[in-house]
Amino acid sequence: MQPEISVKNLNKSYDDGFQALKDINLDISRGEIFALLGPNGAGKTTLISIICGLVNMSSGQVLAAGNDIIRDYRKARQAIGLVPQELATDSFETVWAAVSFSRGLFGKPANPAHIEKILKALSLWDKRNNHIMTLSGGMKRRVMIAKALSHEPRILFLDEPTAGVDVELRRDMWALVRQLRESGVTIILTTHYIEEAEEMADRIGVIRQGEIILVEDKNRLMNKLGKKELRLQLQNKLEFLPPELAAESLELSESGHELIYTFNAQHEQTGIARLLRTLGDLGIEYRDLKTRESSLEDIFVGLVRQ
Amino acid sequence: MNFYGVSAIYKFEMARMKRTLMQSILSPVISTCLYFVVFGSAIGARMGDIGDVPYGAFIIPGLVMLSLLMHSISNASFGIYMPKFSGTVYEVLSAPISYIEVILGYVGAAATKSVILGLIILATSKFFVDYSILHPFWMVSFLVLTSVTFSLFGFIIGIWADNFEKLQVVPMMIVTPLVFLGGTFYSIDMLPEVWQTISLFNPVVYLISGFRWAFFGVSDVHIGISLLMTLGFLTACLVTISWIFKTGYKLRP
Ligand SMILES: Nc1ncnc2c1ncn2[C@@H]1O[C@H](COP(=O)(O)OP(=O)(O)OP(=O)(O)O)[C@@H](O)[C@H]1O
Ligand SMILES: [Mg+2]
Repeated sequence: MQPEISVKNLNKSYDDGFQALKDINLDISRGEIFALLGPNGAGKTTLISIICGLVNMSSGQVLAAGNDIIRDYRKARQAIGLVPQELATDSFETVWAAVSFSRGLFGKPANPAHIEKILKALSLWDKRNNHIMTLSGGMKRRVMIAKALSHEPRILFLDEPTAGVDVELRRDMWALVRQLRESGVTIILTTHYIEEAEEMADRIGVIRQGEIILVEDKNRLMNKLGKKELRLQLQNKLEFLPPELAAESLELSESGHELIYTFNAQHEQTGIARLLRTLGDLGIEYRDLKTRESSLEDIFVGLVRQ
Repeated sequence: MNFYGVSAIYKFEMARMKRTLMQSILSPVISTCLYFVVFGSAIGARMGDIGDVPYGAFIIPGLVMLSLLMHSISNASFGIYMPKFSGTVYEVLSAPISYIEVILGYVGAAATKSVILGLIILATSKFFVDYSILHPFWMVSFLVLTSVTFSLFGFIIGIWADNFEKLQVVPMMIVTPLVFLGGTFYSIDMLPEVWQTISLFNPVVYLISGFRWAFFGVSDVHIGISLLMTLGFLTACLVTISWIFKTGYKLRP
């Protein structure tokens, strides 16, 4: 199947000579939720801005919904909705007028029923006649989402949609994003909340210093790079690790009350049985044990540190 | 053609005028009244006719042009500067709309406001002096042409300006002097010869002269030249704007 977004050999150097994107190649399939992760300044916003027509590319090619974003910019842009990272709204407009304006701007005839549906889904209906400047920051962000959805796009870009948004609204947003995906919308989001990507995304892309360093199915990524940890609470404090236990993946906690063993859950031999046997032989008693899986965050931090 | 897009921008801009009705309409009307009181009545009473035109009537075309130019520029420049300043311009830049359509929306609205304003000032003038318009068709043509041309010019300034000071500086420092020295309050032949020649480099002279011809049939320069100069400036603005959008100058990094 043809990808919904296809980025080929994309380069971007800003006027000051800074190379923000280096030979980016990326395909995003129809209907998936793709999370773009990367540290500050990695180039996430630059990439999104080029696809949406806000920044000129230096070289390369981008297709959105099968249309070249430069040659067939009308068709490409009609398919795209964008919620940019920075809050930017017209203060003096009402919510209703602002969202209706966006729909018209994207070439669609007025459709009050659709606008009503969006405003209700984003809990903005009660505020529809309010001037935007009278709304709170989180509400303004919702107005921007409503604007992006006003023309019924098939592709939605969310550049840090949940920055500065309270927990409840974040959950609402996640629900909305899932609902959109159900209806066939392709969603590309950037976020610094890794748990958000972990919770939402089908695939993860990691970008660092203008280069895509990894694109992977989320579950596969977590299996592949995920580590497990076994923590044993000791009955009696240990002063040092007995030589019999000296293995690379075994550590004694600072207090001496805990043994921490890391292993890869994918391997045939996790070594747990052997560890527990050795402990028994040495007469080291433990009163509790727990295991923990590494989160996407641990994986991400590991990747970006390299 | 993205008709809905053009109409969305146009309506948005017209709504902005409604919000600032006082500033958009009332203040130019008041300042025009002041000009009439000072120049038309107080000073004009001591001035002889120019050509066959009484001085009070003679200054009408110039006064209309003065407001038209100032407001076309400030309206259009503000219209595009504000979204750039607040960041909302991202929406227009990411929309499936060509630059011609963007201009139709922004400049169309600014020019509409200017034409309305010009007509209001003409109506106001009737309270002060009696005048008749010899060539109504050409009067309206000049009104529209000037509004469109200087709204385009204002649009360029709005894109070029990256702070409020720059936004104000062109209308204040360049356009006002050109209009005052462009024959609003006098006929060019009243100047010494050297200044007559220098005046011919002032584009506003051609606008006011042409506009005045439409009223009274008298002009400083030939009407054809006035028309050509105005069209020439219009073309220059259009070429500049197409370059701006082609290169992304100050719009797309
Ligand atoms: N207009 C510009 N001119 C010059 N350099 C720019 C411009 N815009 C961005 N950059 C640079 O490009 C790099 C990538 O910026 P970008 O905004 O894409 O990062 P990001 O991944 O979105 O970061 P963040 O997580 O902080 O939003 C940064 O080093 C930034 O300084
Ligand atoms: Mg960013």
